[in-house]
Amino acid sequence: MAKTLTQSGNSIGLGVDAAVARQLLGDMFLIRRFEEKAAEAYALGKIGGFLHLYIGEEAVAVGTTSMLRPDDYAISAYREHGHCLAKGSDPKRVMAELFGRRDGLSKGKGGSMHLFDKTTNFLGGHAIVGAHLPIAAGVGFAIKYQGGDQVIVCYFGDGAVPEGEFHEAMNLAALWKLPVIFLCENNRYAMGTSTERALAQTEIWKFAETYGVPGERVDGMDVLAIRDVVGRAVARARKEKMPSLIEADTYRFRGHSMRDPAGAVYRTKEEVEREKLRDPIVLFREKVVSAGVLSEADVRAVEKDVNDRIDEAVAYADASPEPPGEWLFTDIYKES
Amino acid sequence: MAVMTYREALNLALREEMQRDPSVFVIGEEVGLYEGAYKVTQGLLKEFGPQRVVDTPIAESGFTGVGIGAAMVGLRPVIEMMTFNFALLALDQIVNSAAKMYYMSGGQFNVPIVIRGPGGPAAQLAAQHSQSMETYFYHVPGLKVVRPTTPMDAKGLLKSSIRDDNPVIFIESETLYAVKGEVPEDPEFLIPLGKAIVRREGTDVTVIAYMGMMYRAMEAAEELAKEGISVELVDPRTLRPMDTETIIGSVRKTHRVVVVEAGAGFAGMGSEIAASVTEQAFDDLDAPVERVTGANAPMPYARNLERLKTPSKERIVAAIRRVCNVNGH
Repeated sequence: MAKTLTQSGNSIGLGVDAAVARQLLGDMFLIRRFEEKAAEAYALGKIGGFLHLYIGEEAVAVGTTSMLRPDDYAISAYREHGHCLAKGSDPKRVMAELFGRRDGLSKGKGGSMHLFDKTTNFLGGHAIVGAHLPIAAGVGFAIKYQGGDQVIVCYFGDGAVPEGEFHEAMNLAALWKLPVIFLCENNRYAMGTSTERALAQTEIWKFAETYGVPGERVDGMDVLAIRDVVGRAVARARKEKMPSLIEADTYRFRGHSMRDPAGAVYRTKEEVEREKLRDPIVLFREKVVSAGVLSEADVRAVEKDVNDRIDEAVAYADASPEPPGEWLFTDIYKES
Repeated sequence: MAVMTYREALNLALREEMQRDPSVFVIGEEVGLYEGAYKVTQGLLKEFGPQRVVDTPIAESGFTGVGIGAAMVGLRPVIEMMTFNFALLALDQIVNSAAKMYYMSGGQFNVPIVIRGPGGPAAQLAAQHSQSMETYFYHVPGLKVVRPTTPMDAKGLLKSSIRDDNPVIFIESETLYAVKGEVPEDPEFLIPLGKAIVRREGTDVTVIAYMGMMYRAMEAAEELAKEGISVELVDPRTLRPMDTETIIGSVRKTHRVVVVEAGAGFAGMGSEIAASVTEQAFDDLDAPVERVTGANAPMPYARNLERLKTPSKERIVAAIRRVCNVNGH
């Protein structure tokens, strides 16, 4: 059932038209630009706490989300800005949340690690490693219970794999045939601990075999390959209620968080520079232009549009007031 | 009214709520085919089928997370912990996921779950299976914590907990499952969460207790009545939110307070109630608040040691006498 690394074909016949290419490139670029601006705002003290950037990993969220329906669910850990934006959240409200402002998605109460958006079925924003995997299985359980045909994509890092909850969730989803796509973004480091130092089995996709579900490894820098692999997993989940485990081979170009800006202690500069040659946005941009799907002018228009949107998002977040003091005590209990 | 056991009252509450609302389901270890380790879910699998009475493997964190996820998207799970001791394996899910979801999503996702099962001192089950677990939960904003003392409370409070839109920790007791009492048969009989009850009216001293300790305090009160000491018994029923209004009201009447709790006293429910009474009714007190608590030790197995661990009727009687003898009762 398991397959090895999936990569998309060469530039001949990308399998996407101009509209899809524009959307994929635009969404990836939007996440990149959003994160760069967030890093700037963090340096200016406008964002506090922990800020984990998704730069380098954009193809995973964008390729995956492009294979989902709007009523499908997604859930993630704390490096989730990209997943939330890809699912369709308004960058203005995401940035306002990072700024801790009242117009943020979570009214400023969640912050960078706790983005939620009920309007896009984005279920968070969970910052205890491994904890959201059983929750994803629960959403899959509910979909089946309610007779629906949605699926849930559960993004997590390689750091969640040694946690018991990865194995509990995989077992329950496989045992009960729940429509969950477990999508491991293997960026090779759980904070500063490499997969080699954390996992007896570093080929994470192989855990699928243990639980009797399909498992695949995919080039996480190749948005088209991700669409291919995720598309198959979504079809299995939707039609057969069959969960899948996908391992996306990716890399974060920045450190673990803004408090580890270079990520230089546990990996070499050479390694980082080498991985940057796999930049998913650069690669896809070159691919669509050389295949003639988009022109240089098209690409520049996409970039201009994104830059404008992110500038607007920052201005919006800046202008949004702080949450009023009495909100400290709201949303603790829901009144029946 | 019908006379039934505490266990039957819980079973009836589950059955009625499952009949009323198709989004209610039961999930946990041995809840279906085995009909519950303590038979609380007896007959439910037969009546509602495996989709709504879900047997799980031994994976407390996993199936608690499943309940939370299902609750986020519209279901109302009742999660059984075979015993509450096992809930520690799911503590992160309960404290960090269930309790905080509504808050950290800015009011977008509430988690209407009930986590229920027995806890507290049992009978020679030793250190890991016989302990007061409420302490670990009532500290947490976002959780509600219920401890039902009687069969009537078991039914009325469980039904309210299932209908509540928040995560509710509902801790029963192995030692009370066979206790019989009157229970209303009305399927709309509910006891609101956060409301204490005065179980016995009195004028000289307020004793606050719940679960097994309430039954022991009741015996103490009856014994002391013969000596002319009139004990008022208050059962909080819900520990979070705590009905301090009823407690303070009683204190203003009796001016003396004894809190009884089964758990080891340090930073326990007795401390919290004593603090509330001191803060809100200090001038009404004629004596310092007394706490009668479990010994500051793990639960031992040996029967004689086990008896020493948990407050006895004699210790409760002695504490009541002490507060009543202060300032010349």
